Amino acid sequence: MHRIRCPFCGARDETEFAYRGDATKRRPPDDADEDAFFDYVYRRANPKDWHVEWWHHTGGCRRLVKVVRHTVTHEVHWTGWPDQPPSLPDGAP
Amino acid sequence: MSQPFRLDGRGRVDRQQPLSFRFDGTTYTGYAGDTLASALLANGVHLVGRSFKYHRPRGILAVGAEEPNALVELRTGARVEPNTRATQVELFDGLVARSQNHVGTRAVDLMAVNQWFAPFLKAGFYYKTFMGPGGAWERLWEPIIRRAAGLGRAPRQPDPDAYEHAHLHCDVLVVGGGPAGLAAADAARCAGARVVLCEQEPRLGGALLGEIDSLAPWVDEVASGFDGEDARLLGRTSVVGYYDHGVLAAVERVADHLPTPPEGVRQRLWIIRAGAVVLATGSYEQPLLFQDNDRPGIMLASAARRYLLDFGVAPCRQVVVATATDDAYRAALDLVAAGVAVPTIADVRAAPGPFAKAAEAAGIEVLRGAVPLRALGRQRVRGLEVSVDGSAPRRLEGDALLVSGGFQPALQLASQAGAKARFDPDLNAFVPREPAQNARLAGAARGVFRLDACLADGREAGASAARDLGFALPSLPPLPAVDEPEERPWPAPLVPRDGKRAFVDLQNDVTVADLRLAVQEGYRAAEHAKRYTTLGMGTDQGKTAMPAGLAVLAAATGRPLAELAPTTMRPPVVPVAIGVLAGRTRGRDFRPIRRSALHDWHERNGAVFVEAGDWLRPSYYRDGALSLMEAAAEEAMTVRRAVGICDVSTLGKIALFGPDARTFLDRVYANGFAKLPVGKARYGVMLREDGIVFDDGTTSCLADDRFLMTTTTANAGAVLEHLEFLHQTAWPELDVVFCSETEQWCQMALAGPRSRDVLARLLDGVDVGDLVLPFMGFLEAAAEGVPVRVFRISFSGELAYELACPRGYGEGLWQRCLDVGAAFGIRPYGVEVLSILRIEKGHPAGQEIDGRTTAGDLGLGRLVERSATGVGKPLASRRDLTDPGRPQLVGLRPVDPEARLRGGAHLVENPMAASTATDLGWISSAHWSPHVGSWIALAFVAGGVERFGDACLWAVFPLRNEAVEVVVGPVCFVDAEGSRLRG
Amino acid sequence: MSRYGALRVLREGLTGNRGWQPVWREPQPKESYEVVIVGGGGHGLATAFYLAAEHGITDVAVLEKGALGQGNVGRNTTIIRSNYLLPANTAFYERSLKLWESLERTLDFNTMVSQRGVLNLYHSDAQRDAFARRGNAMRLAGIDAELLNRDEVRELVPLLDFKDARFPIEGGLLQRRGGTARHDAVAWGFARAADQRGVDLIQDCEVTGFDIDGDRVRAVRTTRGPIRARKVGIAVAGHTSQVAQLAGLDLPIESHVLQAFVTEAVKPLLHHVVTFGAAHFYISQSDKGGLVFGGDLDGWNSFAQRGNLPTMERVMSSAVAMLPCLGRLRVVRQWGGVMDMSFDGSPFICRTPIEGLYLNGGWCYGGFKATPGSGWCFAHTIAKDEPHPDNAAYTIERFREGRLIDESGHGPFPWAH
Repeated sequence: MHRIRCPFCGARDETEFAYRGDATKRRPPDDADEDAFFDYVYRRANPKDWHVEWWHHTGGCRRLVKVVRHTVTHEVHWTGWPDQPPSLPDGAP
Repeated sequence: MSQPFRLDGRGRVDRQQPLSFRFDGTTYTGYAGDTLASALLANGVHLVGRSFKYHRPRGILAVGAEEPNALVELRTGARVEPNTRATQVELFDGLVARSQNHVGTRAVDLMAVNQWFAPFLKAGFYYKTFMGPGGAWERLWEPIIRRAAGLGRAPRQPDPDAYEHAHLHCDVLVVGGGPAGLAAADAARCAGARVVLCEQEPRLGGALLGEIDSLAPWVDEVASGFDGEDARLLGRTSVVGYYDHGVLAAVERVADHLPTPPEGVRQRLWIIRAGAVVLATGSYEQPLLFQDNDRPGIMLASAARRYLLDFGVAPCRQVVVATATDDAYRAALDLVAAGVAVPTIADVRAAPGPFAKAAEAAGIEVLRGAVPLRALGRQRVRGLEVSVDGSAPRRLEGDALLVSGGFQPALQLASQAGAKARFDPDLNAFVPREPAQNARLAGAARGVFRLDACLADGREAGASAARDLGFALPSLPPLPAVDEPEERPWPAPLVPRDGKRAFVDLQNDVTVADLRLAVQEGYRAAEHAKRYTTLGMGTDQGKTAMPAGLAVLAAATGRPLAELAPTTMRPPVVPVAIGVLAGRTRGRDFRPIRRSALHDWHERNGAVFVEAGDWLRPSYYRDGALSLMEAAAEEAMTVRRAVGICDVSTLGKIALFGPDARTFLDRVYANGFAKLPVGKARYGVMLREDGIVFDDGTTSCLADDRFLMTTTTANAGAVLEHLEFLHQTAWPELDVVFCSETEQWCQMALAGPRSRDVLARLLDGVDVGDLVLPFMGFLEAAAEGVPVRVFRISFSGELAYELACPRGYGEGLWQRCLDVGAAFGIRPYGVEVLSILRIEKGHPAGQEIDGRTTAGDLGLGRLVERSATGVGKPLASRRDLTDPGRPQLVGLRPVDPEARLRGGAHLVENPMAASTATDLGWISSAHWSPHVGSWIALAFVAGGVERFGDACLWAVFPLRNEAVEVVVGPVCFVDAEGSRLRG
Repeated sequence: MSRYGALRVLREGLTGNRGWQPVWREPQPKESYEVVIVGGGGHGLATAFYLAAEHGITDVAVLEKGALGQGNVGRNTTIIRSNYLLPANTAFYERSLKLWESLERTLDFNTMVSQRGVLNLYHSDAQRDAFARRGNAMRLAGIDAELLNRDEVRELVPLLDFKDARFPIEGGLLQRRGGTARHDAVAWGFARAADQRGVDLIQDCEVTGFDIDGDRVRAVRTTRGPIRARKVGIAVAGHTSQVAQLAGLDLPIESHVLQAFVTEAVKPLLHHVVTFGAAHFYISQSDKGGLVFGGDLDGWNSFAQRGNLPTMERVMSSAVAMLPCLGRLRVVRQWGGVMDMSFDGSPFICRTPIEGLYLNGGWCYGGFKATPGSGWCFAHTIAKDEPHPDNAAYTIERFREGRLIDESGHGPFPWAH
């Protein structure tokens, strides 16, 4: 059971959240071309390592939370707001 | 004679409370405090069941969760529990149990012939045969194997008992109420930490329960501190899973010790979030490997000792002991003291430990370097053949055989927490390295076996757990003094040369020879050998098989034991009932039920409900003896001819506020919303980012910075998430907020040519004429003072309105509509008719918007093209998504109006040559249309528009061998010009 | 080549079982091979077998970083079926099912294929229509399918909840030819049969990189030294992203955990494979007697072969909601497999932009049942340097082209498929 620290609500069970995947990419501007959107939609990071990802606190404050989580140990290193640059552990790629 | 093996004055069972129970139809008695196993032993019953493959007679090996053999069918009827370990069943009055897995009786099992065929039934034999032509495997062999396999019989009735889930938060969780766990829990509690202590047995003490000096005063003193919220003791509670982020699952057997749960629940799943965890899970004594080491009456030495000291039960009159440990001497000495004859201890070691002298002083012969060769007896052990230093076999007679091969720490939870185990050559056991996560180990669980060391180790673990969480340690009273001699280590598991009937895994009938054969056949990797032989895959999960199994594999492959390691262990630590994991969410409570504000009215007025996601919606309203089809036709025709009313509260309703709400809408919809005037509604199509249609609905402009979006019932939640995701991750600069209003508003559709007449009489002093409220108009009004939002939108194609009012006024407004509408012939209609009407009008719904269709497929291409940007637009233009050959939405009618069209039919030109290659499309929705007087359908057809009027298509339904000739036409079957809805 | 069979079992039994030979050799890797398959799981082993058996290519090595068959082929719920909707999938999975039907004789190894029937329950009219569309699509493709009403389902599986269900059962779609197979036997059977045809199965050999010369692959680098190869096939589902990245390829794949569960063994209770229509849940009973079942993904990127608690709770409530008599049966083991989740829920068997490098991955939930078909098609693709029509749609480029194969309609959210 993941416990995610929502910056607004505090530590909560994963069941309160909806997972939204890779958070390293910003949506291109509306008038960007197909390639830019293809990249945004289909080219997602899948590291066996630290992963920056979105968790949507749908069962709480309904904010998107940016989470740095390890995909093998499941350890959560950092959580923050969408506009914050994620903090990665030392030595992370 | 009742309980012939119960010893007077010994044990801790309650002699004042005799209990009666039945096993295989025979009535026995035991005492309160017994387990089924101890009560059976007290009555001299050792043979309790048959083994999995060879149907060999089996007895009681152990005293707890590690028991591989003594599995029974407990209770009867709907409460029957197959494969229940007799060692963990607390005796209650009237208990009924049966032995398992035999044809005939447990003493005369016809399936025992399997033993004669053992040479042909070696590990993996079934992979090498039964491959005859003509499906011999499935027709002949598999059914035989399936019947022979399995253990007990499962109940066939619904489980009558209830289960629940509960949550706990604590600073320190201590798993195990033995000496180490008690010391840990006590230390952490004294430091001020909130502590939860879980013990799987009904009593605290763990290994102490099998000791003469049980340190009872100290146990009681520690226990007395656990009496509240901050220091909580959960007895009869097995911690079964160690999950990520310090969350553990535990199962409390609330009422398993009672005939039936008196009230409430049978079992409870505790979900525990702990700051730190102390695993004081103890160890399992391991048996020895020799021929026929599975005979009833062969028992772990520590188990026999506990049966003696805790339950007051002697295993028999004369005992043989075969051991690799000093601990077995304790059992021997205690048995002698209780009057049981123990003529001989066969110690595999050349140099036994400190108890040998005492044993010899007690008249026991101690054989040094005595290798057990084979057990004597069949349905009951009669003795043991040993060879001392390679000499000729010597027979030791006895009707019970105690074995002790060493102790193996219980690795399960530590392994789940991420600890790898390694072989410790000093201890000759697999010992976990310090686990990951927030766990620490204490006592025997990490290879600290001496009692005094266990106590100290537990205290240190509890104290350090509390300290790490910031609690200051007070000074603690001294731990009880224990005087124990230094024991000698046991050797690594001895592997016999002849392994044919030397069982490693008693439950799955895996022998030393099986493991060797696996290696001979190339299954050299431990994981291969395990899977090939099914080693450790029984209900006991190999708790008494793992170290020996790895030792056999190491020897067979010529690798040092240290190179092998137990594989990672997964939850649950002990088997757990599916029911307790499911908890309350089953049957009718499988999912919550959502009910609209009008639900009670529907119920009172004959609605037949249908599930729509979590909602219950009226399908139709019962009308005398009319069938669904007839009632629906009546309701539908009322809408087309007069006026009907339908509860549409389930539609998603999302309010958008803010100066940028308009811009936001314009971006999320594929069609334009930039110019939607105040007081107007607009149909909108929403795409996913990949260009596929996501949802549709109308959005109304209440004010320049206030909008109200409706979504489909199914997607209400998903759309809100979609909007929030876009806003917060892509366009945070837009000043807009959203709020779901689905539950807050009650909404009803008023549809039909007389709907305006009803509306005019309903609203307080508002002109509802075409000028004020034209098609797609919106206004806010009141009905008898109740605020009402009025949308002139139509799903049916008729002149229609949707009225929304705050939920609490819903039934009042609905009733008003009916009262006012009575004069115009109003009647309510359900979703069946909603569906008929929308098919007649050609509106797509979930069957059409199925996550694969584009706006173009749905005939919405032109609507969407007018707007340049919008979510999903860039990827919607990918080549294949814009291919003109894609199936397009059309309307279908059968050539013969009576011919039934069915959703899911496929469309072909020639029904005689229907195939994937000639498949042109499919029917997504079909219904009898009372208005058209024919079956009608919405369908997707390749080249759709070009086929209009083409009568050469067939709707084929191979599942029913049906083929219906159909005519392709526009998607609208009613009022194509739209004069009715604008009327 | 020593064949298996009843007589052989008898003979060996009478002579102490001393004559059984190793199921495969343990060869040292050679310096070069015509084809190197990366990944000794079900698909890799099947590919090697069919390269040898169907195309006469025996100069083949299968490189496995650990022990053979320890990936998803050994961690699934053993279901085989071809009850798909979309033509690209029906053709491929039906090829696979046909191969299953004769697999034990093809491999001389009892893979225990058991066509017990796969029954998908439906609970609403809309679901019935969707199932009918799928069942009719199957029939048009020459695949068996039957649409059952409530009474027919009750006759088949009387233990289902017909009394107190939150989502009452209306009927079901049945594929009688679907069923189960013994998962480990599939890996071992393919391995033994490939080995007998000369394929080198090399365990404990992890691929650490690819030597790519221009746009052509020349060799793989491994923990046991470099191995040259004219053609290299990747079949490492679960870790496809990682291995493909060694060749510089970014694939539309995410890795997710799927859990499975088994109960204690009991006497025969459930004959068919049954799937719930009110939640994602599927169950069957193994020959040994355990009920084997599973549900949804845990739902977040993960490479950990362990499951989480909330998913387990959800799966268990589906179990008792569908079969109320299961409440007292005990779960004895839970395990997790790492799934390659693609962006439309369908796999890849294709060439890559690098010449001589071929890809097999993205199996989502479909990996086990696909095993023989996947090996057969991948072998064809490698041998002929072009896909077979049955796997022609399983390209990487389909996302660019918008030629999505989205059975569930969930879109580009891998965790939702």
